[in-house]
Amino acid sequence: MCVLCGVLLNDHWAEQEGGRRGRVFRGRLLNRVLEVYGLRLDDWSGRVWVLRDRKGRAAVVDNLGAVWVEAERLAGRPFDPLDPDLVAALS
Amino acid sequence: MKTPVVLLTGYLGSGKTTLLSRLLPHPEMGETAVIVNELGEVAIDHHLLRRVDERTVVLGNGCVCCTLRGDLADELRDLLSRRDRGEIPAFGRVVVETTGVADPAPILYTLLGDPVIKHHFELERVVTTVDAQHGLRGEESVKQAAAADRLVVTKTDLADPAAVERELGRLNPAAEVLEAVRGDLSPADLFDGAERDPRDLVFEDGHAHAGDVHAMCLTFDEPLDWTAFGIWLTMLLQARGGDVLRVKGLLNVGADGPLLINGVQHVVHPPEHLPAWPDDDRRSRIVFIGRGFTGEELDRSLAAFNRAAQGSDPGGV
Repeated sequence: MCVLCGVLLNDHWAEQEGGRRGRVFRGRLLNRVLEVYGLRLDDWSGRVWVLRDRKGRAAVVDNLGAVWVEAERLAGRPFDPLDPDLVAALS
Repeated sequence: MKTPVVLLTGYLGSGKTTLLSRLLPHPEMGETAVIVNELGEVAIDHHLLRRVDERTVVLGNGCVCCTLRGDLADELRDLLSRRDRGEIPAFGRVVVETTGVADPAPILYTLLGDPVIKHHFELERVVTTVDAQHGLRGEESVKQAAAADRLVVTKTDLADPAAVERELGRLNPAAEVLEAVRGDLSPADLFDGAERDPRDLVFEDGHAHAGDVHAMCLTFDEPLDWTAFGIWLTMLLQARGGDVLRVKGLLNVGADGPLLINGVQHVVHPPEHLPAWPDDDRRSRIVFIGRGFTGEELDRSLAAFNRAAQGSDPGGV
């Protein structure tokens, strides 16, 4: 529902389709973005995600909205999908 | 069936209450419950009128637009239980009239986010009044107009509405603009008729100064990957949600019909699958109303996320 508060609502608008297969694909695609920031996301039992940085710090998140909040916290800087460096890395 | 909720918003003195007072006795209006925050100079005589004191519940992350409006949630729940017990007439619609300076996003968040309310009520339409004499006035006024599905330019007997209507057309081309003198509109004018197809909208470029709120439209000829779109939009709203006042579009995600998306600031409605396309045009079109970025930047970025999805084989799952 809300990108920031979806964690409280537990039915994030961007994760309502695709089932298990969609979730795996979502994780793969998220990692394409997160690796640009030195982060990695792993699925944990199909219910929550575990986000890790290269120093071994980790955070458990349960939906897509919360991924960005915790990822920015671990990376120590804001992300921006319009950042030309990110766009170039994905292209 | 969920009870439709109309959000009636607009700046102080822009004619919200006048419009409401003319609509409520209209035979087409049916039994309607009304929730207002303030009783203004225009008196509303209505047996299902409820006044609430705006009471907000700030959630842990402090995001302003995702503040729950506790007063509204309580009142809607109370209306529901009293209707079920037969204590009040079986209303078929609720109109929520906001204060003149209310940000519409927390109200939408309450309707979409509260687990009880979202199962019994659904947002029907956001109607925003704008005074032809004064036009848009300040940040809240712009947010209210950007969130609108129908814009009502009021007091057109007192001022030529042409300039205000041009301004509204540039700001929110997705909303239909109506004119009203002393609230003389029928419920059908406001609530009937389809939403504008984003593919038919005309955008006027070249007017926006840096930092100005303006409307942009992205068009994609090829289908978009829904997973990539969801990741991209959540990331964009996390990064720039305060500057993305509205997102509305029809997406071709490779299904039989388009996927309708609609969001106000951080608050995104659950995407809706439409059964079929209205015509042979299968392009995705997404309208953004915001500031601090260009349509070209959005286009390049979303295209890159979409290409990344095409390179990440979902078949290998």
